Amino acid sequence: MFKKKSLVSEIIRLVILLFAVSVLAFVLITSAPIDPLTSYIGTESTLSPEARQEIANYWGLNDPLPQRFFTWLGHLFHGDLGQSITYKRPVAAIIGERFTMSIILMIVSWVLSGIIGFILGMFCGKHENSVFDRIIKTIFLGLKSAPTYWLGLIILTVFAVLLGWFPIGMAAPIGKAATDVTLGDRIYHLILPAFTLTIVSMGDVILYTRQKYIDIARSDYVLYARTRGETDGQITRRHILRNIALPAITLQFASFSELFGGMALAENVFSYPGIGTATTAAALNADVPLLLGISLVSAVFVFSGNLIANILYGVFDPRIREGKAHA
Amino acid sequence: MHKYHKKSRILNKRVALLITMIIAAVYLVGIFIWGCCIGEDSYAVNFGNKFLPPSAEHWFGTDNLGRDMFFRSIKGLSLSMVIGVISVAISSVIAIVMGILSAVFGGWVDKVVNWAVDLCMGLPHLVLLILISFMLGKGVFGITIAAAVTHWPSMTRMIRQEVLQVRNSQYVQAAYKMGRSRWQVAIKHIIPHILPVYFIGVTLLFPHCIMHESAVTFLGFGLPREMPAIGVILAEAMTHIVTGKWWLAVFPGIMLLIAVIFFDLIGEGLKNLLNPHTGNE
Repeated sequence: MFKKKSLVSEIIRLVILLFAVSVLAFVLITSAPIDPLTSYIGTESTLSPEARQEIANYWGLNDPLPQRFFTWLGHLFHGDLGQSITYKRPVAAIIGERFTMSIILMIVSWVLSGIIGFILGMFCGKHENSVFDRIIKTIFLGLKSAPTYWLGLIILTVFAVLLGWFPIGMAAPIGKAATDVTLGDRIYHLILPAFTLTIVSMGDVILYTRQKYIDIARSDYVLYARTRGETDGQITRRHILRNIALPAITLQFASFSELFGGMALAENVFSYPGIGTATTAAALNADVPLLLGISLVSAVFVFSGNLIANILYGVFDPRIREGKAHA
Repeated sequence: MHKYHKKSRILNKRVALLITMIIAAVYLVGIFIWGCCIGEDSYAVNFGNKFLPPSAEHWFGTDNLGRDMFFRSIKGLSLSMVIGVISVAISSVIAIVMGILSAVFGGWVDKVVNWAVDLCMGLPHLVLLILISFMLGKGVFGITIAAAVTHWPSMTRMIRQEVLQVRNSQYVQAAYKMGRSRWQVAIKHIIPHILPVYFIGVTLLFPHCIMHESAVTFLGFGLPREMPAIGVILAEAMTHIVTGKWWLAVFPGIMLLIAVIFFDLIGEGLKNLLNPHTGNE
């Protein structure tokens, strides 16, 4: 099976990269022209300069950057990401809470866009140049160029404002205590953001699957299979499906970065309380600890997608499995 | 788009493609120049005209301050294009330098470049844009630099791949064997081969930049509120959507969508024309 050695080296490479990304995020955020002290105590405080200096010393704001980074990293390993200025609560707790909300949204749209996109792509490939194929192709080529947040706004206008079928936003009815929120409420509020994110992420899968289907259907080995007397169903099952399914799945995993971006935008449009809305809130309030925590989580998220994609390539592609083509 | 397509046409594919590309280019350049010429009084505040739906006088309607949405959209789009041009120019230069360096020198240079590409792709693009723009204090400067320094990775990979391919081709190997220096080979063979790829890459990078700029602006980390950028317009539209002011969101978004599709169209068209397999159909 898959070589253990290359799996380990792949993981090591990703861990080093993750470390570098956290350094990058740390440097970017700490060099912002925002004084963490001012953003914490507010601009209208009557604190004397001496007292400010004392707090700065206590927080280690005057230490050199590398030292601050390692202090942060040390706390990170103890599960302490600091205190959020915006929400006045530990960052780890907020991220945990928000990420659960976002991950539900992302999993739903990811799975739906993958499955529906694949089926539609196969169908379009099979009936190339039919009316259905042309309509789907035009729609999704157009959607690929449409900004996610604009699409969200349009969907919101049509389904929530004009038709009134769905709530305007949020994850639960306003004014309802958290304990009273039913699963039905949650699903009801999830539909529109999930729908937006699904159709945004579906374009790539459809167009890829469609093109791949057409390419394979014209290949010599399919022609040979046909001359051997295989039926359409057999050809689809034995040759086409096998050759498309795995790259399509890998493509889905490799798209985690775009999925995250789309999620952040969709959440902001629908004011869905997830990581995306937390990111904008954090950056607007110069909430350095929360912003750092979110960057780290998003980096881990993208990495796990890429790692799975890389492993899948290795597991399913016999050439890479044998270690010949992997140069 | 493919060769099995049997249909009699008056124009052959090449001419038809050229004509669409020219129309797209004229449209985009037109919007750009028009936007630059529009003065502030075309979309000045006028409280007498609040929330007018689209009409012959105000094609896209007016907003909560009575500003004409049509002119604001045009102005916003041309602003986006300016930022797009600057950031694409910077990004593509980074990409071509890094791509050629990593392919020509190989070894540790290649490793470093690949690593930088991975690093840049390690964070979700949107998060990276927000962080850089945030660090530079948002505004025009922040978003332009953020867009400029984050759009090179995919193009770097593409150029690296192309250079590697030319370098390993027989005619280049033959040129080396005949005693041509690296420089001579680079100027005579590699650069002419890379240029078309480069131009296609640049055109296709453009819509990406514009989309990202508007998304970051929409979230409030890009262009400032008082500028008529598409992102700002749509962010404002969001606050009025509950009251049914649909035109505030629909038209500016469609303008952006058309611009992006046209850029893609020109890029794909160039790709088809410059590729000898599809160029002569």
